[in-house]
Amino acid sequence: MVTATTTTPLESELLRLAGSVPDPELPVLTLHELGVVRSVRLRGTDAVEVEMTPTYTGCPAIEAMSLDIERVLREHGMREVTVRTVLSPAWSTDDITDEGRRKLREFGIAPPRARTASGPVPLELGATRTLAANPERAAGPTGHAPDPGPVPCPHCGSPDTELLSRFSSTACKALRRCLACREPFDHFKEV
Amino acid sequence: MLSHRLGEWAGHAPVLEEEVALANIALDLLGQARILLSMAGDEDELAYLREERAFTNLQLVEQPNGDFAHTIARQLYFSTYQHLLYAELAQGDSAFAPLAAKAVKEVAYHRDHAEQWTLRLGDGTEVSHERMRRACEALWRFTGEMFQPVEGLDADRAGLEAAWLDSVGDVLRRATLTLPEGPRSGAWTAGAGRQGLHTEPFGRMLAEMQHLHRSHPGASW
Repeated sequence: MVTATTTTPLESELLRLAGSVPDPELPVLTLHELGVVRSVRLRGTDAVEVEMTPTYTGCPAIEAMSLDIERVLREHGMREVTVRTVLSPAWSTDDITDEGRRKLREFGIAPPRARTASGPVPLELGATRTLAANPERAAGPTGHAPDPGPVPCPHCGSPDTELLSRFSSTACKALRRCLACREPFDHFKEV
Repeated sequence: MLSHRLGEWAGHAPVLEEEVALANIALDLLGQARILLSMAGDEDELAYLREERAFTNLQLVEQPNGDFAHTIARQLYFSTYQHLLYAELAQGDSAFAPLAAKAVKEVAYHRDHAEQWTLRLGDGTEVSHERMRRACEALWRFTGEMFQPVEGLDADRAGLEAAWLDSVGDVLRRATLTLPEGPRSGAWTAGAGRQGLHTEPFGRMLAEMQHLHRSHPGASW
């Protein structure tokens, strides 16, 4: 991956600034909390290169994110800001910080569950309704990842929720409904 | 190509959730296509200025949407293949590995979407079962082409094909359907997309896809 190089205090500060930019689609989250800003490297005294990674390859927000980072860093005295998009290693919902998860829940979006399986997929996608852990899947049949657990309602906290659609307003979310309080809600899908 | 086809459902899907789902799948595919095209050259030029014969996509993905069952059968066949291929490429160290490692996670949801709908339609009403069966049969002859060799792409084709047959066969069985029996290779099947030969609906689709860029070169908004 990246060769270990020392980070200057200015780079840390610029990384913090780039990470503080709000996500254009989920403004409650910063890019740092979303886990998409990878690194900031100075290239001279007032030129800087930022590496970020898209959540989804087709994510239309990436251009807005780049422009916002560029603007913020220019305001901080950088003359030349280059934002590069890197694919590898692929972003995962595990990169969302704990603070980010808390904010998502407060915003009414069920945060992604931790991905238990390592390596590239396959995610165990299955039953549309979650309550407690599904006993059949929790047993972990051969070749299947263990049950990632229920998707609790962000409004009332009930684990008894059902999937309405695998794709919601954006590719990164699924649409679910709480069977206790009957409210529909978005769930940030695990990838 | 498939992204464009799926985009045609906008405003026509049976329910709003499906409209959004198909558009989201189309967007994932578009993002993947942009990266692939950028690896080969200028993405706009490659997408909008190539002639029909210069496209080497599978004939499967250019097939018209048909009814909803038809679109789902196309999704099942293609996303199962794509998922297996990307999973394999993600393990390797080719230039495709970074994209494959990312896209395989997106395609897992496409495949799951197609599977759930295949189960629901196949194991549904008499009408939905019949439509799903007909769709799987109609597209069957386009499936052998996926496992032909492609220049510059190193993959275990025989292994992919066996895994694909297993996976699709399993879904169809659970959907109370069976793997179609028609030929998948040979004279009576499709299979020249990789050589730049396309089916009749492709030209019209391409005209629609390229029209704006060709009429207003360099236009942006």
